[in-house]
Amino acid sequence: MVLPGPRARGLVAAARAAQGRRLEDSEPRSPSADPASRRAALYVHWPYCEKRCSYCNFNKYVARGRVDEAALRRCLLTEARTLLGLSGVRRVESVFFGGGTPSLASPHTVAALLEAVVQAAHLPADVEVTLEANPTSAPGARLAEFGVAGVNRLSIGLQSLNDQELQLLGRTHSALDALRTLAAARRLFPGRVSVDLMFGLPGQQLGPWLVQLQELLRHCDDHLSLYQLSLERGTALFAQVQQGAVPCPDPELAAAMYAEGRALLRAAGFRQYEVSNFARHGALSTHNWTYWQCGQYLGVGPGAHGRFVPHGAGGHTREARIQTLEPDNWMKEVTLFGHGTRKRVPLDELELLEEVLAMGLRTDVGITHQHWQQFEPQLNLWDVFGASEEVKGLQEQGLLLLDDRGLRCSWEGLAVLDFLLLTLLPRLQEAWQKQRSPPPVPGG
Amino acid sequence: MWTLAGQGCRRGRVLLPWGSGAARGERLRPRRASFLGTAAGSGAGGGPCGSAGLQEKPDMSKFPVEDIRNFSIIAHVDHGKSTLADRLLELTGTIDKTKNNKQVLDKLQVERERGITVKAQTASLFYNFEGKQYLLNLIDTPGHVDFSYEVSRSLSACQGVLLVVDANEGIQAQTVANFFLAFEAQLSIIPVINKIDLKNADPGRVEKQIAKVFDIPSTECIKISAKLGTNVESVLQAVIERIPPPKMHRKNPLRALVFDSTFDQYRGVIANVALFDGVVSKGDKIVSAHTQKRYEVNEVGVLNPNEQPTLKLYAGQVGYLIAGMRDVTEAQIGDTLYLHNHPVEPLPGFKSAKPMVFAGMYPIDQSEYNNLKSAIEKLTLNDSSVTVHRDSSLALGAGWRLGFLGLLHMEVFNQRLEQEYNTSVILTTPTVPYKAVLSSAKLIKEYREKEITIINPAQFPDKSKVAEYLEPVVLGTIITPSEYTGKIMALCQARRAVQKHLMFIDQNRVMLKYLFPLSEIVVDFYDSLKSLSSGYASFDYEDAGYQTADLIKMDILLNGNTVEELATVVHKEKAYSIGKTICERLKDSLPRQLFEIAIQAAIGSKIIARETVKAYRKNVLAKCYGGDITRKMKLLKRQAEGKKKLRKIGNIEVPKDAFIKVLKTI
Repeated sequence: MVLPGPRARGLVAAARAAQGRRLEDSEPRSPSADPASRRAALYVHWPYCEKRCSYCNFNKYVARGRVDEAALRRCLLTEARTLLGLSGVRRVESVFFGGGTPSLASPHTVAALLEAVVQAAHLPADVEVTLEANPTSAPGARLAEFGVAGVNRLSIGLQSLNDQELQLLGRTHSALDALRTLAAARRLFPGRVSVDLMFGLPGQQLGPWLVQLQELLRHCDDHLSLYQLSLERGTALFAQVQQGAVPCPDPELAAAMYAEGRALLRAAGFRQYEVSNFARHGALSTHNWTYWQCGQYLGVGPGAHGRFVPHGAGGHTREARIQTLEPDNWMKEVTLFGHGTRKRVPLDELELLEEVLAMGLRTDVGITHQHWQQFEPQLNLWDVFGASEEVKGLQEQGLLLLDDRGLRCSWEGLAVLDFLLLTLLPRLQEAWQKQRSPPPVPGG
Repeated sequence: MWTLAGQGCRRGRVLLPWGSGAARGERLRPRRASFLGTAAGSGAGGGPCGSAGLQEKPDMSKFPVEDIRNFSIIAHVDHGKSTLADRLLELTGTIDKTKNNKQVLDKLQVERERGITVKAQTASLFYNFEGKQYLLNLIDTPGHVDFSYEVSRSLSACQGVLLVVDANEGIQAQTVANFFLAFEAQLSIIPVINKIDLKNADPGRVEKQIAKVFDIPSTECIKISAKLGTNVESVLQAVIERIPPPKMHRKNPLRALVFDSTFDQYRGVIANVALFDGVVSKGDKIVSAHTQKRYEVNEVGVLNPNEQPTLKLYAGQVGYLIAGMRDVTEAQIGDTLYLHNHPVEPLPGFKSAKPMVFAGMYPIDQSEYNNLKSAIEKLTLNDSSVTVHRDSSLALGAGWRLGFLGLLHMEVFNQRLEQEYNTSVILTTPTVPYKAVLSSAKLIKEYREKEITIINPAQFPDKSKVAEYLEPVVLGTIITPSEYTGKIMALCQARRAVQKHLMFIDQNRVMLKYLFPLSEIVVDFYDSLKSLSSGYASFDYEDAGYQTADLIKMDILLNGNTVEELATVVHKEKAYSIGKTICERLKDSLPRQLFEIAIQAAIGSKIIARETVKAYRKNVLAKCYGGDITRKMKLLKRQAEGKKKLRKIGNIEVPKDAFIKVLKTI
């Protein structure tokens, strides 16, 4: 096994030191001399799982034999280097190991990847490095090794504290496993552990679920994600519901769980900083915040998504990129070309603004005037939305706010954001097109 | 030679796939060259041009009236009318005898599929009997009483009918309706009991039914199997022996009845005519008694069953005539044609087609509007009985309000649009033409008539202006095995029908007659009748004028705003149940919005039904990280695009689907 290089070791020490540091209750972006187009978050995808969960339709694979981790690692490193070069990114502002089940990877792979990043770009010492962990694949000792490798934040896929529900979801762990892992993680990464809890499961009732949430509050750290189950075509659970073997989740009930759950968390001192994410003591996820603020991100690994300007290749337009999905094919491509980018779609200015709008409104601060101006200096938020009767209607209904701070959802509006966007997106398109093609001035 | 000609025809007709290429929508017929080429020489069957040379047109003068028989075949659906016609055509050598002759006269796909005749066809048969050559004109009629006017016009060109009854099913509702049409026209009626080869055939029972219902002695029934050809020859003999020749005179001035017309894109209108008096030939100047327009005859001929030009047509004969008419409305069924310098008294019974059922027709997508428009135009070229008015709906866009002779006519029209023109349409719930009798002289002056017809609920005049409302009624005939009588009577009662007659036509079959409001049978009556009688009951109806009715206009409101396209005119008794159904349907098809929606049915200011759609409480994607953005944006934009097409009622967005679900299935 290759030991982490000296810079990575230094990084680990710095990360440790940073663990105590808290982000202020504001946007967790540290000021930087580099322009936004030279900064990026980095996502690394580990494609394998031990077992298929009944609800999951992500790009993941259950390996038939042993995973050739050395080869996979080589390719992840190669692709990370290639994409960092292509993007011309000078500063990596967060790293996120997702999957799949990245806690199945060896800590060495994590360390090696961070080392590769450090060699290619500036990786600040206090940068957030998150690992998604599955309770069964991550006992305490292993978590400590990940910490040594450079991970300083854990996101635990706990999902439920009810064993029957865990079984229905096809999870390999029990509620007890989950709580043990959570306790170990908190000892290792105090203040930087997140847990996922699902709601709206088939047969789940409001009362017992709130009891679960309350129990979790007694054990959890400063970050929590509440996810409503969405039944995805092609999953085992979807088929079971279709066949009537499992009751269809009731959307009314899920709405009630969401409403009561977020109220409960608010009372417990958590800030709902995004539709599904809650933090206290400023423990927001920097990495995810980048997505919602439409910052650049590089996606490394099979099926990973990225959004960046390929400065290193002379590009000036942001591209949406997707890597080849299937791990073996992806590895072949990385070996041949240095990367497995399967699809590159340039985003025009309007498309980028649409993303700024749709993603930004998912956060509690919404879109500030300053934030909007970074993407669109000519047309401000008042120009776009100020005169619209429909938007006014949404404001009058108490769902949306447009004021000196910017545009954001109200508490009630956040729960129906996708509905609000159906009014806001066409309005933006209209304002954009009007600005691009001003009406001819009569009389010349 | 007629055999060969027949083969040519069949090839032209059968082998060309329906709906293909340029032939689409036109009556398929072979090039005329194939006729001329095969119309040479004299065949065993004998023909009008037996002595004529190659390329010569047949000389019809050889057939004096006493050697002519004009007859129709009438029957209930599926009793074998078209199969019998096939056999008669084969026996007389009109078409070749092969296994492929299946419903040769039913040319349309819809006719073959539904086993009905939509468009009447005519064939002149040449038959040698006891050493004498006869001209037998088989005038096929549309097989449904929706087309009763067309049937009656066809029958007026005949002196007799073959009344075909299935040996297994016995007399059915349509048999009765058809019998009375023939009986009233004072035609000779030859009962033919068909399908005697069937295992369950009981010709004896059917003979008794015929005796009881129609008062025709059993000895007059001819028992046949058209499918196997059993005893079909005796049908032809009966036609000659029992049906009188037409009583008409060549020497009188021309008097020709138009009993059908078709449109050919190259030759214009082809009018099917029966000559009551006189002679007509190419070059004659003729006048339409209805339109008073003058034409010059370009071509005359017989139908064999395709057009076979002849030198002339003589009194008593049946054939076709082409005279530069550009539109089928110029050759309306029932019209009389005469020579311009010899005006005659028009034949009685002419009336313009009167639509009884109306429905809105809209393209599924407005970009299809022009295609649909041209398809409707082409179809109506051959069917002048469909009335077309442009209409538009806020929800469904631009479309038409079409009037049909009846329900079947509407279904057939829609099916032909789909099959022959490959168009899909939204067809709204059919309505009937209500009338309002205005109450004051002032209003009558304003509307310029005393009675106004209400086709669109938007035009429904307020009760204060109206002395009385009228609704169309029909006399319905139902024939059913007696065990279902109770259920059927309950169904009829629920449909506001009044019983007029009840009779056992044999030991276990009942014939019921009811006076129905037409509006009560235009939607799903037939399906209900069939399902509660396990498919055994048959139903037919005929126009019976108008009756006073307690009509009201019902509005549908969404959060207090009226939805124009859902307004309906209903009978007061039915308002509650119809209103409730519409509200429930809307509730199921209206997507939730950010606020509660009250769906109400109202009569004036009185709410009679209500449903509520609850507000959306949560609608936001749970997980939205780096890998989800592309998919999410695509979905949002698609939904936003769809939202632009929604119709706004107040602040409620209503998708087109919701309208379609309600309008189609009330």
